[in-house]
Amino acid sequence: MSWPSARPSGAGRPEREYEKVAAPKKGRSAGAQSRPGRSLALILIAIAALTGGMFASGHTTPRLGIDLAGGTSITLTAVNEPGQPNAINKTNMDTAVEIMNRRVNGLGVSETEVQTQGDRNIIVNIPRGTNSKEARAQVGTTAKLYFRPVIQRDVSGTGASTTPSASPSTGSGAGSGASPSPSSSAKANGKQKATSGSASPTASATSQGRAVTDALKAGSPSPSAAGSASAKTSAKPSAKAPGGASPSASGAPADAAGKLQAQYAALDCSKPEQRATAGKGAKPGEPTVACGKDGKVWTKFLLGPVAVDGTEVNKAQAAYDTQSAAGWQVQMTFNSSGTKKFADITSQLARKTTPQNEFAIVLDDEVVSHPYVQTPITGGNAEISGSFSQQDAQSLANMLSYGALPLTFKESSVTTVTAALGGEQLQAGLVAGAIGLALVVIYLVVYYRGLSVIAVASLMVSASLTYVIMALLGPTIHFALNLPAVCGAIVAIGITADSFIVYFERVRDEIREGRSLRPAVERAWPRARRTILVSDFVSFLAAAVLFIVTVGKVQGFAFTLGLTTLLDVVVVFLFTKPLLTLLARRKFYASGHRWSGLDPKRLGAKPPLRRTRRPSAPVETKEA
Amino acid sequence: MSKLGNIGARLHRGEVGYDFVGNRKIWYGISILITITAILGLAVRGLNMGIEFQGGAVLTTPKTSVSVAQAETYAQDASGHTAVVQKLGTGGLRIQIAGVDTGKSDQVKDTLAKDLNVGSDKINADLVGPSWGQQIADKAWEGLAIFMVLVVIYLAIAFEWRMAVAALVALVHDITITTGIYALVGFEVTPGTVIGLLTILGYSLYDTVVVFDSLKEQTKDLTKQTRWTYSDVANRSINSTLVRSINTTVVALLPVAGLLFIGGGVLGAGMLNDISLSLFVGLAAGAYSSIFIATPLVADLKEREPQMKALRKRVLAKRAQAAAGEELVAARADDGSGAGDPEDAAPAVVGQRSQPASRGRGRGRPSGKRR
Repeated sequence: MSWPSARPSGAGRPEREYEKVAAPKKGRSAGAQSRPGRSLALILIAIAALTGGMFASGHTTPRLGIDLAGGTSITLTAVNEPGQPNAINKTNMDTAVEIMNRRVNGLGVSETEVQTQGDRNIIVNIPRGTNSKEARAQVGTTAKLYFRPVIQRDVSGTGASTTPSASPSTGSGAGSGASPSPSSSAKANGKQKATSGSASPTASATSQGRAVTDALKAGSPSPSAAGSASAKTSAKPSAKAPGGASPSASGAPADAAGKLQAQYAALDCSKPEQRATAGKGAKPGEPTVACGKDGKVWTKFLLGPVAVDGTEVNKAQAAYDTQSAAGWQVQMTFNSSGTKKFADITSQLARKTTPQNEFAIVLDDEVVSHPYVQTPITGGNAEISGSFSQQDAQSLANMLSYGALPLTFKESSVTTVTAALGGEQLQAGLVAGAIGLALVVIYLVVYYRGLSVIAVASLMVSASLTYVIMALLGPTIHFALNLPAVCGAIVAIGITADSFIVYFERVRDEIREGRSLRPAVERAWPRARRTILVSDFVSFLAAAVLFIVTVGKVQGFAFTLGLTTLLDVVVVFLFTKPLLTLLARRKFYASGHRWSGLDPKRLGAKPPLRRTRRPSAPVETKEA
Repeated sequence: MSKLGNIGARLHRGEVGYDFVGNRKIWYGISILITITAILGLAVRGLNMGIEFQGGAVLTTPKTSVSVAQAETYAQDASGHTAVVQKLGTGGLRIQIAGVDTGKSDQVKDTLAKDLNVGSDKINADLVGPSWGQQIADKAWEGLAIFMVLVVIYLAIAFEWRMAVAALVALVHDITITTGIYALVGFEVTPGTVIGLLTILGYSLYDTVVVFDSLKEQTKDLTKQTRWTYSDVANRSINSTLVRSINTTVVALLPVAGLLFIGGGVLGAGMLNDISLSLFVGLAAGAYSSIFIATPLVADLKEREPQMKALRKRVLAKRAQAAAGEELVAARADDGSGAGDPEDAAPAVVGQRSQPASRGRGRGRPSGKRR
């Protein structure tokens, strides 16, 4: 490639470097006896392992994006609320995603996917077959977080679970765990209850060293009086008597209260369709019914009017209580109006008995926690403790924060793709890919002849690796193949093929210098390698920058491009080069057969150098 | 192949070649002309921004018997905004309604479904808020800027700053030309176009980097000889990688052409089409710029270095001295190569290069003497 006139002499200065490269060639080619085989084995094993993994995981096809599989994709962009310029940050966005995930998947569709994208967008992908309108409505509205006093609650669903929950909790206070407790785990709460419950709750809390004013207990307090127990047992058949008093006491008209009671009695929270509608559209000022999950058991609630609005929570965080070793707890701070309201409600609740000393934290009409109040909390700081795991505490804190999340979301784009079009686009993408690949293969075959076997094999290896990795990335990092990603893969055919072209051209240049194939292959490699690395790096850099910076469909494209660029390097190093080294030993290639694509004569090689071992005479006779 | 292979061999040996560096002024001129046209096109006509950038709805219906004009009326009645309707290759319709916000568009979709007599769930809807396209575009610019900075830094480290500058110029050149063509022809700009445009970044540089790599390799010990100036070597770098450049461009364009054919011909319009169209234009521009712009520019910048100036002087002096003695040989060689490459514009250089290999031995000595 460099100065042709100087090359044969080997005496020119600039050549020295290559002479150096060439010098250890003997050792190298000796090493190459084992090395190419090893590299080939490595990559074949890797492919086999990945393919095995793919079949083992059961995801044999890449997950398809909404535009190929059909469905609805909603992009929501966060907007700062006035006066809150710095509200768009990772924590808030993650909280919002968590909330939205709860909402859409609460519809009974576990396939719906909510993820952040970029720094201010949330993508909601709803697969086809789901009620996309409802899902859209769900993510479109702002989450509502309320604190409501609990009037009555029951384990919902089978009557069997109602009865056992009542008797142990009244009797021993051992809290078998069936008694409804909030999102924190039921069993653990049972234990906690047992210690604090059998004695007077307030006293036990104090003895645990926590400030009395701040003490709240998450979970259903089992030290319930007989009254609550009877309420539980009687709730199913006729709940009107004990509950009816409370709503009317809180000011609701008697007939409305009666209706609500009927609603409550009929409510079965173990049924998803009932859950979905329970308490929907409840006005903050009126009592309502709601469902909540305690451990694995659904509980239904009859709740009073909203006492504190979620927006009045300034801050909520999960913290580990090192002082009393009570484990994870959630600390929250109210703003001034919230503080006052919270003080009012807690002083009312603290005087009551279970479950009426509890308040429910209601997020989107679902009770996420219902701690009981031991003493009035007037300072505006409250702790919810129970036997939270770190995750539970974190999640509850997030939900509480969401009420204070100074973000609103705006629909930036909504794409609905029917299954028909999705399939059509997928097919078009595949056909385009096939056409592209075929054209490239034809071109390579025509131009490189025998060498194209290597190029085509490498392309196939690259393609199969890409496919398998995409299939595996579906379940692991939620990679979904969308249309831009398909385009990226098709474009990558060119980039991958180019690596072979760079290498082959180098090899041919070496042959033109008069070298025989095997040294040519080895000498061309270091230089081709550098070119490939440098150019692939630039390509990868572009993909990486695009992936990090951009949003939307650009990202899928950048991801595929980056992935295939990386795979290109892997394939060239571990497959193409070793394969060429191996094939260079075969007579067909080494002798420069006219169909091998390496025929020195056709390449216009110079007369062989003195170091050429293989006489070129037979080749020429074959030619003639 | 044999013909191409022969040309490859002759290019490699420098028997044939085009004097890219010598004729750079012409190509600079052409590029400047194209760039000015592109900028004028951008300024006067502006880009035809798609719905995705203005906000609105794009509805795609399955095969329907309703005519385009009829559908337009329906869409305008349903939405109260202007609608553009296209017939697709599939027999369906593509209805674009600008200015509809995402909240109202569902209603429009349902009304249209009734009017067109197709199920509402069979209509594909792409509803875009006005700020979303802007956001995509902003992010794309941001990505572009970050990428350029990183690439310049990288190239400055891996090669040298002159090459980094030249690569950047080539890059800007490609992007200007591509957007200019979009403005002039009036293709619609969609997020797909932006994706394609951003990919050109990588590709254009990819091509340039390969040429630079060869250039760097060949100019390593340049100052230690007096035969060639930097421009000569640069020229040979381009020529010797020409086959590869052509192959790469062809191989890159083939799949894109496949995409374009399928996207445009079969599906009508859509993302495949948009991406491949901008890629197609950009790739062609990229191949052109890495050969005709980037490398000659490096040569230009390099020749300003005092070292290279000195080298040039020495080389020219030596050539003048040798000219008398080698005139005969050169003339003969010229005849040989002239047939293969009639448009060769630098006979002197070519003539010298095309001499038999044995000449190389003679070459080492005089330069050795000089040192």
